[in-house]
Amino acid sequence: MFQTAPEISLGEAVSDSHLAAYRFMLRARLLDDKFAALYRAGKIHGGVFLGRGQEALSASLGLALNKTDVFAPLIRDAAGRLAFGESILDAVRTYMGSSLGPMRGRDGNVHRGRPKDGYLPMISHLGAMISVVNGILIARRFKKITGTVGAACLGDGATSTGAFHEAMNQAAVEKLPLVMVVADNQYAYSTPTASQFACADLADKGIGYGIATHSVDATDLTACLKIVGGAVTQARNGGGPQLIIAKLLRLCGHGEHDDAHYIVPELKNSTLGRDCLKVAEETILRQNWVDAAQLAVWRSNIIQEIEEAVAQVQREPAPDPFTEEWRAIASEHLSETHNA
Amino acid sequence: MSNITYLEAIREAQAHALRDDPRVFIYGQDVGAFGGAFKATKNLAKEFPGRVMDSPISEDAMVGMAVGAAIEGMRPIIEMQFADFSTVGFNQIVNQAATLFWRTNVSCPITVRLPFGGTSGGGPFHSQCLEAIYAHYPGLIVLTPATVEDAYSMLLEAVAIDDPVVFCEHKFLYYHLKADKLPSEALPIGKARIAREGRDLTIVTYSAMVHEALAAAVELSADGWEVEIVDLRSIKPLDTDTVMASVARTGKLLCVGEAWPWGGVTAEIIARVSCEGYGLLDAAPQRLNAKDTPVPYHPNLWAAHRPTARSIAAAARNLLNQ
Repeated sequence: MFQTAPEISLGEAVSDSHLAAYRFMLRARLLDDKFAALYRAGKIHGGVFLGRGQEALSASLGLALNKTDVFAPLIRDAAGRLAFGESILDAVRTYMGSSLGPMRGRDGNVHRGRPKDGYLPMISHLGAMISVVNGILIARRFKKITGTVGAACLGDGATSTGAFHEAMNQAAVEKLPLVMVVADNQYAYSTPTASQFACADLADKGIGYGIATHSVDATDLTACLKIVGGAVTQARNGGGPQLIIAKLLRLCGHGEHDDAHYIVPELKNSTLGRDCLKVAEETILRQNWVDAAQLAVWRSNIIQEIEEAVAQVQREPAPDPFTEEWRAIASEHLSETHNA
Repeated sequence: MSNITYLEAIREAQAHALRDDPRVFIYGQDVGAFGGAFKATKNLAKEFPGRVMDSPISEDAMVGMAVGAAIEGMRPIIEMQFADFSTVGFNQIVNQAATLFWRTNVSCPITVRLPFGGTSGGGPFHSQCLEAIYAHYPGLIVLTPATVEDAYSMLLEAVAIDDPVVFCEHKFLYYHLKADKLPSEALPIGKARIAREGRDLTIVTYSAMVHEALAAAVELSADGWEVEIVDLRSIKPLDTDTVMASVARTGKLLCVGEAWPWGGVTAEIIARVSCEGYGLLDAAPQRLNAKDTPVPYHPNLWAAHRPTARSIAAAARNLLNQ
């Protein structure tokens, strides 16, 4: 069954939500740019994964969620993380391995979150976070907490995993308020969608799970706000799980180590290859919601904020292996005989 | 209650946990009205409406769901229909549940029940012993109760502690093992038990093999040998002190496990005793495990595949005569 999300009423609020989303998109893009620069300068351990091209989708989701909702972002969701409430400092501290960050140097880059705030730190195994979101939603049902939703994010490649299938089916059987956002960005690392799935459209998978499915052009912020916002509302109002298939093109490599030479020019030159940030900016200027000078002020303020955060984190202590508590279990009373 | 079985003890422990703690719920295949493949949740769905939930056949999503519920403050018990199928949920157990506390400082109090071990006719996919592979991963507690009393008290403790627990309950013990009553107090998790005292040889083992070792000890005592048997109870944490103290008394060590030998619990015990207690040993430590093949179906093959009282006694004699 296919369902379209109910439209958000179009009016003055359109410019407000568009501008709010744009500012998170811009923050995410500039933060990503900084991480890429730090990576090239050898200042970041491990990989850097950018959300370039996915900001409209991600920011729309983050904005549609309330602070009491659950959010399990993936690697290209810097915009959604910021919109959900993550601080730039948390992001920088995690990338730079600061012991003061939420992951304390024990995990890094995009593997960050604050579980007690409903913000889940992804593990690398794709699809594995969806059922964790389901579990929080089931726990809330036990606790008779209503009106909250859980959102999980994946790419097209992750729809091929068993974990995705099991968790989607689980959410459907339990009629959970899960919003599953799939960024169909045409490549899973280097593998094109033709080698990933054979259905005409990923949205077809929703039929099999018996859940509401929505498709959206993720290069278009206006469309993302409408469709993603509508799906979140539908889940919040008892409509059960929602699957969103968002079409876009990844405008970077899988990570900064990848030059993405395999992305074919036909896709780059298609409407999918549009940069959602530019499209959103053009809409803003065309509608005259704010002028170019204001956009420049926003940009320079964000850059300053990011630079200050990076400078602060660079002065912070790195984790110390000698004072680190090398204990993997919470039960302190068992730790002595637990360690090998 | 008299003549309570190992299986009934597991059911009673779950009923107790559900009764005492509103955070507890059970999730697994056929655990609801049907009462579970082995009836370990018999009548619980009726006694605790809404808190004993049938799951789809989705081991990965079952464990992932438990982790999420634990983050939100619940204490889920997951029943794997057979330990063998837990490998489908392996990723969530070892990468999600086991890493959560270390990565985020948020604990993950879930209990994953694994009906494990061989029974006659079980075959390759309904007989496996997976304790070693779970113990290998940091962040998990791995328990292997050998008695009715431990099945009850350790399951209660598993639900109460703040870490993910892999609770290995032996299917062979489900119906055969009986006790007069359930215990009101017990050794804590992390402490091994001397199941039989002796002076000539230490056998370190756990779960169903404790009973095979006890039978072997009876056979050996007819020849004048007094064998000490250490029941590990928990694989991780591992009570090395009790093992070492026993080896200090006897000077000889035989480790017995129903699991496959490669990189397993018996290897770990021998490594520890060899490294930390080399001077205590009067002979090279030995181990006896299942054969390094999948678990066979036919009773004749199965009986020869895993250690038995007879093969344990033979291995012990070799060591005693050195």
